Amino acid sequence: MDMNKHLRVTVNRMETQLIDRVRQALTDRAPLRIQGGGSKAFYGRACLGEPLDVSGHAGDIRYEPSELVLTARAGTKLSEIEALLAANNQMLPFEPPHFSPGATLGGMVAAGLSGPRRPWGGSVRDAVLGVKLLNGRGEVLRLGGQVMKNVAGYDLSRLMVGALGTLGVLLEVSVKVLPRPAEERTLVFELDAATAAARQIEWGRKPLPLSATLYHAGRLYARLSGSAQGVQAARAAMGGEESDNALWAEAREQTLRFFQTQAPLWRFSLPAAAPALPGEALIEWGGALRWIATDEPAEAIRRQAAERGGHATLFRNHDGTGAVFHPLPAAMLALHQRVKLALDPHGLFNPGRLYQGL
Amino acid sequence: MNPAFLTALRATLPAHALLIEAEALRPYECDGLSAYRQVPLAVCLPETLEQAQAVLRICREHNVPVVARGAGTGLSGGALPLADGVVLSLARFNRILAIDADNRLARVQPGVRNLAISEAVAAYGLYYAPDPSSQIACSIGGNVAENSGGVHCLKYGLTVHNVLALKVLTMDGELLDIGAASLDSPGYDLLALMTGSEGLLGVVVEVTVKLLVKPERAQVLLAAFASVETAGAAVAAVIGAGILPAGLEMMDNLSIRAAEDFVHAGYPVDAAAILLCELDGANAEVSEQIMAVREVLFSAGATEVRTAQDEAQRMKFWAGRKGAFPAVGRISPDYYCMDGTIPRQHLARVLKRIGELSAQYGLRVANVFHAGDGNLHPLILFDANQPGEMKKAEDFGTDILRLCVEVGGTVTGEHGIGVEKLDAACSQFTPEELAQFHAIKAAFDPAGLLNPGKAVPTLHRCAEMGRMHIQGGALPFPELPRF
Repeated sequence: MDMNKHLRVTVNRMETQLIDRVRQALTDRAPLRIQGGGSKAFYGRACLGEPLDVSGHAGDIRYEPSELVLTARAGTKLSEIEALLAANNQMLPFEPPHFSPGATLGGMVAAGLSGPRRPWGGSVRDAVLGVKLLNGRGEVLRLGGQVMKNVAGYDLSRLMVGALGTLGVLLEVSVKVLPRPAEERTLVFELDAATAAARQIEWGRKPLPLSATLYHAGRLYARLSGSAQGVQAARAAMGGEESDNALWAEAREQTLRFFQTQAPLWRFSLPAAAPALPGEALIEWGGALRWIATDEPAEAIRRQAAERGGHATLFRNHDGTGAVFHPLPAAMLALHQRVKLALDPHGLFNPGRLYQGL
Repeated sequence: MNPAFLTALRATLPAHALLIEAEALRPYECDGLSAYRQVPLAVCLPETLEQAQAVLRICREHNVPVVARGAGTGLSGGALPLADGVVLSLARFNRILAIDADNRLARVQPGVRNLAISEAVAAYGLYYAPDPSSQIACSIGGNVAENSGGVHCLKYGLTVHNVLALKVLTMDGELLDIGAASLDSPGYDLLALMTGSEGLLGVVVEVTVKLLVKPERAQVLLAAFASVETAGAAVAAVIGAGILPAGLEMMDNLSIRAAEDFVHAGYPVDAAAILLCELDGANAEVSEQIMAVREVLFSAGATEVRTAQDEAQRMKFWAGRKGAFPAVGRISPDYYCMDGTIPRQHLARVLKRIGELSAQYGLRVANVFHAGDGNLHPLILFDANQPGEMKKAEDFGTDILRLCVEVGGTVTGEHGIGVEKLDAACSQFTPEELAQFHAIKAAFDPAGLLNPGKAVPTLHRCAEMGRMHIQGGALPFPELPRF
């Protein structure tokens, strides 16, 4: 057996062009701004650099439904992947937001944003199994793999999730996929905020097939997912009225009226049972994700999040020059900088997109 | 031992928390992989965070390597001591600090046993999902270091999917908070990076775990097959039918017979393979799925499908599987446990090849398989007292792992590289990938004092390895400088 057979990382023509572009940037010491479909261009801080278009690096989908794994080039459109999965009665368990038709697999990983199913179905990072990465030395690395269980080497593929392209250029991504539930139903309850919060804590302690919740303006919505009989039994136990399943795509894509605002939109990630925030919130994830549009100063917002054991992100409606993500303690920021340099020693990729100085 | 170093440790730790006598060090000479043994310089058993910090700082100052140790049940030698190093035992960090039922999480110290967490939260109707077979003994800190799995990974994930936050000490004794009780913390996902890093990046001193609500009901089906290929195809059929079992395990005939002799689980001893398929959820849902799975298994060629009649029988079915390793231990003086993962579609090909290798090496092999997620545990049977057999078993194992990589899998699904699979790792990673791992290590531990020599082979080692495996006159790693 030739032990080196697997050791050569094969690269195709498009990848060769990207490698050349990165090596050129390395020579010129000229930073690059990685661009996919541009659907999440609003997310994170503004960053300088020559654009590096990766949207053309698409396709080559490798998908065997019974393996529950899909691999594709990072520029592949999310819509194409989700259509293929749906045709095989499967799905991305974390229900990623697209925000525009251009959304790509690589952008999904770089942004690391998960949709309504996240607390029950897991996050983007939970589902990522491996990536092919072009690092800041112009080297192509295969990190992780195409199998569910793999503890060989450090878990650098999950490190790419939410890194906003600051650690390298994603070339390929492998994700775990899941069967679609046979049945999904949405229930609605008319409740004041305090009762709704208590009701969600109560649900969270029971073995219910919940897969999404949303509370806003006196209405608590809950989605049940599972087998027909399982959903029916839970529906009978929970009460409420039937509502439309279409709500969840609107929440995920932020097309609900609540999100049509010019005010800075804040995304709070809190322990699910954390006390209410001041102001009018739209609450998802059983209480763990809360949105508030407000002009209040960032310091006050971040304090409110920290006091409740969580963090706040300035999601939309800002100029990209200030801090977007919750500030890191000094020791953690220093560690982040060392990790960044380990992968991108000359700071080529998306400088400042995540944090100033990263 | 450097007298100044010893004096500094003595000034930091109470006498009973510092072991230096040969007799006291002996129990720490190995972990669950007892083929490798090494007595350390000293063992420190700090009882407080401050003591643990001080031990690390003293070691840093004196340039002494540190091997963190939990319960010592690891199977890849990750906690193997170094002759010139200190073992930092977290055994005294054994308290459950907080249970938050409303947020479904628990804060625990790293020395708490895996099963003790589920026991402590059972009164709230909650449990901690990952259940490695060693769960009565293994510690949660060790689970984090190894990213441990278990028999319910397909539906509930590995340790990395069930941990929310860590408190970690760096080699400088600095305390870092990684992750949080809230989801998706800002910045890089260092929580994922720490998980499975085998003690090379930091010392875990506190773990916040996610708790799940106990399902209303769990039921297990046992299906018998006339060939392992049919059993493998049945696994794909169950998943293809849109069913996500809580557990899906396969055993081959040798494992079945060994387990049956050991625990009398009622297994069909004539079957070439059995599948255990656990379904959990709401009562109505489980009933519906049992019917569906029975049908799928029969259409896929099962010769017999049994449903556990009651909880006692369900536990019996599982006892056979969970006792498979010790059961095999009873029919052979020694056995060597492999841990490769493969894409399931290559199962038949891999098992066939393992059978051929078994004949070639003249060593029996029993196959136990986390079938749902493709994680194979071939157990190679040998007798260490027969000259050359241990070496033969190791070579056989290396061939199996190389085969796993060849079909697109990995050399370790849940046991870790440790010291055991350093050579096997050479067949999985390129020099650039290994160099990247070493750069990450240096970002956390620039002096290279945390568990050095484990988990990631050096480029030099792999180059040497390659030299031994030269075939057809081709020199491996032609691009590497020769050291």
